[in-house]
Amino acid sequence: MASTKIPNQKAWLLVLPVVLLVAFNAVVPLMTVVNYSVQETFGENVFFFEGVKWFEQILHSKRFHESLQRQLLYTAIVLVLEVPLGVAIALAMPRRGPWVSVCLVLMAMPLLIPWNVVGAMWNIIALPDIGLLGRSLNAMGIEYNFTRQPFAAWATLIAMDVWHWTSLVVLLAYAGLSAIPDAYYQAAKIDGASRWAVFRFIQLPKMKRVLTIAILLRFMDSFMIYTEAIVVTGGGPGNSTTLLSIDLVKIALGQFDLGPAAAMSLIYFLIILLLSWVFYTVMTRDEAN
Amino acid sequence: MRRASWLLPLFYILFVLAPIYWLLNMSFKTTNEILGTFTLWPHDFTFDNYRKIFTDPTWYNGYLNSITYVLINTVISVTVALPAAYAFSRYRFLGDKHLFFWLLTNRMAPPAVFALPFFQLYSAIGLFDTHIAVALAHCLFNIPLAVWILEGFMSGVPKELDETAFVDGYSFWRFFLRIFIPTIAAGIGVAAFFCFMFSWVELLLAKTLTSVAAKPIAATMTRTASTSGYELGLLAAAGALTIIPGAIVIYFVRNYIAKGFALGRV
Repeated sequence: MASTKIPNQKAWLLVLPVVLLVAFNAVVPLMTVVNYSVQETFGENVFFFEGVKWFEQILHSKRFHESLQRQLLYTAIVLVLEVPLGVAIALAMPRRGPWVSVCLVLMAMPLLIPWNVVGAMWNIIALPDIGLLGRSLNAMGIEYNFTRQPFAAWATLIAMDVWHWTSLVVLLAYAGLSAIPDAYYQAAKIDGASRWAVFRFIQLPKMKRVLTIAILLRFMDSFMIYTEAIVVTGGGPGNSTTLLSIDLVKIALGQFDLGPAAAMSLIYFLIILLLSWVFYTVMTRDEAN
Repeated sequence: MRRASWLLPLFYILFVLAPIYWLLNMSFKTTNEILGTFTLWPHDFTFDNYRKIFTDPTWYNGYLNSITYVLINTVISVTVALPAAYAFSRYRFLGDKHLFFWLLTNRMAPPAVFALPFFQLYSAIGLFDTHIAVALAHCLFNIPLAVWILEGFMSGVPKELDETAFVDGYSFWRFFLRIFIPTIAAGIGVAAFFCFMFSWVELLLAKTLTSVAAKPIAATMTRTASTSGYELGLLAAAGALTIIPGAIVIYFVRNYIAKGFALGRV
């Protein structure tokens, strides 16, 4: 495919507006962060060069390790739940007919609700005394209070994320499935292929590209989660749901420790870049061969 | 077997709708009913919460602000992404692959990292608390996404279309505007949908870059929650109203969602 592209340096003119706009938004703030990350400030705009001190401090801090572990655990649980569930729902959905639009429109709803409203909704439904979920669980004899029990807080956050984002996996997987020609299924039927064989050798390969995108997007976004979590639990009880973004904002805007916060930002960004790159390479390795 | 496979999407949709129902339920209740009793539907049905929002300028301006910067952002993102996506899908040029990857890395930058530098940058150029500031800031993650989606759609269009048009004597821009853009209309719809979606739901940057004049509705909600005590009904009504623009947009692109995703490889 790449070989059919025409070499043309003037194409740069077509991408120039994009480069300028994104560079304005990306390079200037990023350089600001890099600048802070190597300096110490005592207010009054007086800065001292500190080299890599903040990086060493963050990398050795127990607090950062704990936030990072919570973040990795959170992202892992979210991916393990949402990807298979999304694929299963996409497989079970009708292929054509009026119900397709109804299903897609209803399922896409959570994706278009502002994130703090998502948090507020889950806060309201999970309240132990007046929320549907909290009240029902307590009525069933399960002691549930997400503002006091770390486990309940985690369960609420995970349920919220599954509610919020599984639809994205469903939409992408469904798009991949609907690109499969009927002839493939007919051929499989003639060969007497089992349901599993159809999934493994027809549906999964066709969904591979969209699933790569789904996993990448879910990985990146769950690793950056801030607004929803802060509205529901505020990082508590204690520090039990203080994920990376929440911790970062606490340091940067709460304590106004610009140097450590900037160093942490860069480490955070690099972790996402690195892990995304690993995911991407592993998932597209077969294609390259 | 066929019948059982219905159940999973059905249960999932019920799960999706439950919190939305609970929000609507709350929004039609009085504060007394919310705090005093536990009811599955509003017994003391009231429109007061909605009336408050539609008559109080601090509330309805929030909606107007949000919609303004989201629309500006969608127009900017799609407009500049169109020629760039065409370049990526048709031409080979110095650094094209690196450039494409660099664009996508901006989708991976946590907004929490950029909140403070963004505040300083937009204050320095005098755009703080304007709609255009939020619209431009959201370009950071929406332009890469729009380029990515549009590039996928454009690569699905045979190159013979371009070649025939150029042989027929079309200039580049005339071909691009008259022939090419109508051909990938579905792709533009999907890209616009995604830009709208991510700009509408983002709050951290929007809140950081505004104070009064361009304050988004979502920020009005959080501020009200902390200042006026615990008016859950009002908050629920405001939240319920934020669902409407999204629902309208989904309705318009409903036929493209399934087809569009696959074509655009997104």
